[in-house]
Amino acid sequence: MRSINPFFQIIIKCLLLSQLIAVGTSHAATAKAKQIINIAYLTQEQAPPPALSNLDSFIKDKGLPGAELGIADNNTTGQFTSQQFILKTFIVPLDGNVIDIYNKNIAGQYSFVVVNLPATQLNQLADLPATKQTVLFDVATIDDELRNGQCRNNVLHLLPSRAMRADALAQYMMKKRWSKWFLVVGPNQEDQLYAGAIKRAAKRFGMKIVAEKTWEHTFDARKTAQSDVAVFTQIDDYDVLVVADEQGLFGEYLDYRTWYSRPVIGTQGLTATAWHKTHEQWGAVQMQNRFKDKVGRWMEEQDYGAYLAARAIGEAATRTKSNELKPVKDYMLSDQFALQGYKGNPLSFRSWDGQLRQPILLSAPRSQVAVAPIEGFLHPKTELDTLGYDQPESQCQWSKQ
Amino acid sequence: MMKKNVLGLFLLTTLVGQVNAETVFVTLEKDNALAVVDPIAGKLLKTVPVGQRPRGISISPDYKYLYIATSDDNTIKVIDANSLKEVGKLPSGEDPETFALNPKGDRMYVSNEDDSMVTVIDVAKKKAIKQIKVGVEPEGITVSPDNKWVISASETTNMLHWIDTKTSEISDNTLVDPRPRALGFTADSQQLWVTSEMAGTLMILDANTRQLIKTVKFAAQGVTADKIQPVGVVIDKERKRGYVALGPANRVAVINAQTFEVEKYLLVGQRVWNLAFSPDQKRLYTTNGVSNDISIIDLDEQKVTKSIAVGTYPWGVAVKP
Repeated sequence: MRSINPFFQIIIKCLLLSQLIAVGTSHAATAKAKQIINIAYLTQEQAPPPALSNLDSFIKDKGLPGAELGIADNNTTGQFTSQQFILKTFIVPLDGNVIDIYNKNIAGQYSFVVVNLPATQLNQLADLPATKQTVLFDVATIDDELRNGQCRNNVLHLLPSRAMRADALAQYMMKKRWSKWFLVVGPNQEDQLYAGAIKRAAKRFGMKIVAEKTWEHTFDARKTAQSDVAVFTQIDDYDVLVVADEQGLFGEYLDYRTWYSRPVIGTQGLTATAWHKTHEQWGAVQMQNRFKDKVGRWMEEQDYGAYLAARAIGEAATRTKSNELKPVKDYMLSDQFALQGYKGNPLSFRSWDGQLRQPILLSAPRSQVAVAPIEGFLHPKTELDTLGYDQPESQCQWSKQ
Repeated sequence: MMKKNVLGLFLLTTLVGQVNAETVFVTLEKDNALAVVDPIAGKLLKTVPVGQRPRGISISPDYKYLYIATSDDNTIKVIDANSLKEVGKLPSGEDPETFALNPKGDRMYVSNEDDSMVTVIDVAKKKAIKQIKVGVEPEGITVSPDNKWVISASETTNMLHWIDTKTSEISDNTLVDPRPRALGFTADSQQLWVTSEMAGTLMILDANTRQLIKTVKFAAQGVTADKIQPVGVVIDKERKRGYVALGPANRVAVINAQTFEVEKYLLVGQRVWNLAFSPDQKRLYTTNGVSNDISIIDLDEQKVTKSIAVGTYPWGVAVKP
């Protein structure tokens, strides 16, 4: 610059300035033309759990690709409606502090946050004062307590609760007249909660739990399962063995090894799930293909939950033409809201606890057995509410919060 | 005298029967075949293999050719409507399901569900001449009888795309009720009827203003709202009545096309999917995906008169006079 004379320096400065102004105005123009909807995705790295076998490799990023696909679908719609959806991902390291990251990067900056975290952390976030003006989309928990006594009116739950899953299984068992259940429970707290949901369902649908046992044998059952399981299951007769083993530590070893030849259902065998690779009906094949092409693996439950969270925001933002919390949330909780979830019925949120009402897939490892609600289970409003805590039973008091 | 009259009547009906003889073609998704039905005699005449997973079907305006989307072969087959022999293939793009012909029959518009595209095909040259980007999972597609518009409905975007046939570009988009499935224009091209599978509704739009005229809600006795999932829709030439297939509600709704009131629900086979009129519009044919049959509705009587077993997963239906 030193060699250029002052006159040219001024001209150059003017040119630079005019360019800056031009850039500024064109930005303003695009911002005006396109409405931006910002969404945060918050999760924490996980340590791989102990592997039961070498068949299924550990999936590190369950959830995120689902959210990304949902955002891509929203933006295809957005091209025609002048809306743009932007997802910002925050992955807290294994030894990091979720609350710190949230406070620093998300609090007060995002109205819509997709949360893939355990129950305790979810409610810690929900209780922060900064989260009052936010909706948290829970794509990980299945705890009934979070939909009852511990519910929060700024949290929506995308995955079915344990009670919904247990009810789905119970409806099918009732249809099959398999009414005598042998309940086998793992030692973890989650297993106790699952067993609790099974007991509630048994009572609700008139099934009988004829025996209950806690699995106390070795967890490397590859070596001793043959003898262990046969001895363990030698009880009076029953119709079906219900297993509560959410981490999959021993449940897979029960089938074919029981004393009597009885089917296994629950967390292994015939399972109740929001999404499964065997699901093909109602356009689900398209969803499975699109996900596999993009991500290179099958869609897991958390992916499905995160996809629905992104799509729910998209659907409500498109219909209300808004990116603001109140109109979008109001629309999501209204009767008009109908989300396409590739399971036949339109999906919507229960107004009393923020749970997404949805059909539940009953899946064997390689075939879909049924979809609940099973035909014949009736409800005055929607048969989807035969699954889980219906309004009169709910202990969630949203309105008082 | 009496006897003669009876005989005369008999002769007349047989003659009329012959004159009216028509052929109904039904694609069988799971049988990889085409069912050929004589609806007057109420008989399945034969079943012809056509390719992997046949779904959408149309007949050329001169009734010479059938076009059948064989989804798992990634093509649309051209079948001679008389000999039922394959005479060609159209480059539809991947996994074709639904498509529409223009009134002249020289252009075909195909929904490519997985790629969010509509492919335009020159039928005579058997060439794809354009791909148009639309919303997520385009399915229902139709061309207005005046050949002004191609309408593509994207199921996940919940939107109708109004494609100008002159430019093959989108000139407008309309948001509609969730998961729009099928579309039908009235014969005068003034109204577009659209079914929404998730909301369980029929929307009637003014084709000139593209504004909603009316949303028709369905409620059949003994059927929960969840089961009412409208799919196929057709409207008669005089715009007296329209008909909507209600999917797993196993019923066809009869709608007064002047007042938009639902007049009746006719019980047909299970998971009723697509609909087609007989050439004289005196009968309506329905494909019933789960009960593996077609139902025949007498439109003067407004009654289901027959059901004919055709094969596994009947999907699309086309009629040749």
